[in-house]
Amino acid sequence: MDYGLKKLSLHGVNIYLTYVLIGVGLFAFTALFALFAVYAERKVSAFIQDRLGPTETGKFGLLQTLADGLKLVQKELIIPAAADKILFMMAPAIIFLAVYMGFAVMPWAAGVAPTQLNLGIYYIFAILAIETLGILMAGWGSNNKYSILGAMRSAAQIISYEIPAGFAVIAVVMIAQSMDMQTISTQQGILSTETIKCLGFWNVTKIGGIFSWNILRAPHLLVAFVIYFIASLAESNRAPFDIPEAESELVAGFHTEFTGMRFAFVFFSEYSMMFLVSMISVILFLGAWNTPLPNIGAVHLADWTTGTAWGILWIVLKTLALVGVQMWIRWTLPRLRVDQLMNLCWKVLTPLAFICVLISGIWRVYLM
Amino acid sequence: MADRAQTGISSLWKGMSLTIRHLFTANGKRKVIPASSDNYFKQLEGTNTIQYPKQSLPVPEVGRYQLDVEIDDCIVCDLCAKICPVDCITIDSIKATELIGYTSDGSPKRIHAAKFDIDMAKCMYCGLCTIVCPTECIVMTNQYDRSVFGLSDLTYEFSDMTAEEAKEKQALLDQQLAERAAAKQKKDEGGSAV
Repeated sequence: MDYGLKKLSLHGVNIYLTYVLIGVGLFAFTALFALFAVYAERKVSAFIQDRLGPTETGKFGLLQTLADGLKLVQKELIIPAAADKILFMMAPAIIFLAVYMGFAVMPWAAGVAPTQLNLGIYYIFAILAIETLGILMAGWGSNNKYSILGAMRSAAQIISYEIPAGFAVIAVVMIAQSMDMQTISTQQGILSTETIKCLGFWNVTKIGGIFSWNILRAPHLLVAFVIYFIASLAESNRAPFDIPEAESELVAGFHTEFTGMRFAFVFFSEYSMMFLVSMISVILFLGAWNTPLPNIGAVHLADWTTGTAWGILWIVLKTLALVGVQMWIRWTLPRLRVDQLMNLCWKVLTPLAFICVLISGIWRVYLM
Repeated sequence: MADRAQTGISSLWKGMSLTIRHLFTANGKRKVIPASSDNYFKQLEGTNTIQYPKQSLPVPEVGRYQLDVEIDDCIVCDLCAKICPVDCITIDSIKATELIGYTSDGSPKRIHAAKFDIDMAKCMYCGLCTIVCPTECIVMTNQYDRSVFGLSDLTYEFSDMTAEEAKEKQALLDQQLAERAAAKQKKDEGGSAV
C-alpha cells in the first residue's frame, strides 16, 4: 500500500517526516499552480477577447498574481456582524482541505504517488463531496441572501452531477477491474502486466502509446470521458456551470462576504480543483502518466519516453492541456440557467452514462 | 432530440472555433493608424488595445484641443475674450505710452497684456477665438491629455509681464495721461483766455 511512499522516502528518514514533506510539497505545488493558473486564465481570457491582459507587473505581467496575493495578505479579515462566526471561519479551510486532500491518491508516475490506495477513485469521490459541505457552510455562515442562494445552487449542482460523473467512472472501473488509481494508470501503457487490446481486437501490449489509453481501449469511454469532463466542470463550479457564483446575479455567490486570505483560499481551491479534476480525467481516460508515443517497429518511442521523469512530464502536460480547455470553454460559453443545468444532467448525461456502463459490461464479457 | 443535439454541437463548435482563432492570433499587436486612414474601420486582427502612454492614436491636424497663445504676436485686441461663449479668457490690458513693436505678420503692437488667462476647465473647445484672432496668435494645439492636481492649475497664464512690470507700465500710462490732461487743460485755459 505504501509502495509510492517507500519509493520517495530516503534510508533512515523518519516516515512522519516524509509525510510532512509530501504534504508541504503538494501544498507548495497547488499554491504555485494557482498562481500560474490565475495568470494563465487572465491572459487566455484577454487574448480571446482581443485584449492584452496583465502587462505591467514584471515581464509580460508575470508577477501580477504574486502582487495580487501580496495585496490579499494585507487585507483586513472582516467577519459580518450577523455571521455565524465558527462556520464562517472554518468554511474556506474545509473547502481548500477537501480539494487538497484529493491529491493524496494521485499517481504522478510509475511508482510515484503520495499514497497508493486500493479504493483510490472512491476516496476521491468521497473527499471531493466534502467541498459541498464547505460551500454550504460558507453560504449559510455568511448570513447573506446572495451567499445562501449560491451555496444552495452549488449543493444542488454538485449532488446532481455526481451521478453522471460517478457512472462514467464506473464504466472505466468495469473495464480496468480496479479502483486503484495506480493500477488504472499502469494498464494504459507498455508497463501493463496484462494484455491490452486497442478497440477490442488489436493487441497493443508491446506497442503502447495512445493506442492503449482507455479512450481507445474501449471507444465508448470517449463518451464517458466527455460526460466526466462536463460533470467535472459542474463540480468545480466552472463556467458554463458557474451559477453558484454567477457574478451578474449573485454578486459573487457563496464567497461574497469573504476578504483577504479567506477569499484567497476559496480562490486557491477553485484552481486546485481545476487541476485535480483534469488530473482525474487524464488518469481515468487519457493514459495517466503514459506516453502518447507508440512503439513503431524498431523505433521504440514508447520505451524511450517512459520513466519517472517522463511520467511526471506527461501527466502534467496532459492535465495542463485539459485545464487549458476548461479556460477556453469558460471564455466561450454563456452560463446555463438552473433548469437547463438540471435538464442536461438528468435527461442527457445520466442516460448516456448508464449506456456507457452497459457497454462496458458487454465489452468486458465479450471483447476482453 | 437528435436535431437539437446536432444544433447544440454545431453551435458549440462554431463558438469554440471562433474563440480559439482569436486566442491564437493574439500575438498581433495593434498598429496605430490615424482615423483618416482607409483601414481605420476594418475588422482588426490580433489584440485591439492601444497601450496609451506608450502608443497613441495620431490626432487630426484640424483637431480642436487645448489652446495656446503666442503672446509676442498678440496685439491685445480682446476679440477672443469677447467672442468666447463661456467667457474663459480674461485679458487685462494696459495701453502703451509708445509703439511697443511689430508682430510677426507686421501688425503694430500698442497695448501691453498685463494678464492673459485661459481657464481650460471652462473652455468648450469651440475654436471661435482662433477664428477671430487677427494675428492668429491664439491656436489650438494637439495637446489633449493634460491632467492636474488642482483646479487652479487649469488656468493657463500666457502673459509674460510680471506684476512689477505691469505696475511700471501702468504708472507710465498714468503719467502720460496726466501730462496730456494737464496739456489739454493748459490749452483750454489759454484758449478761453484769448
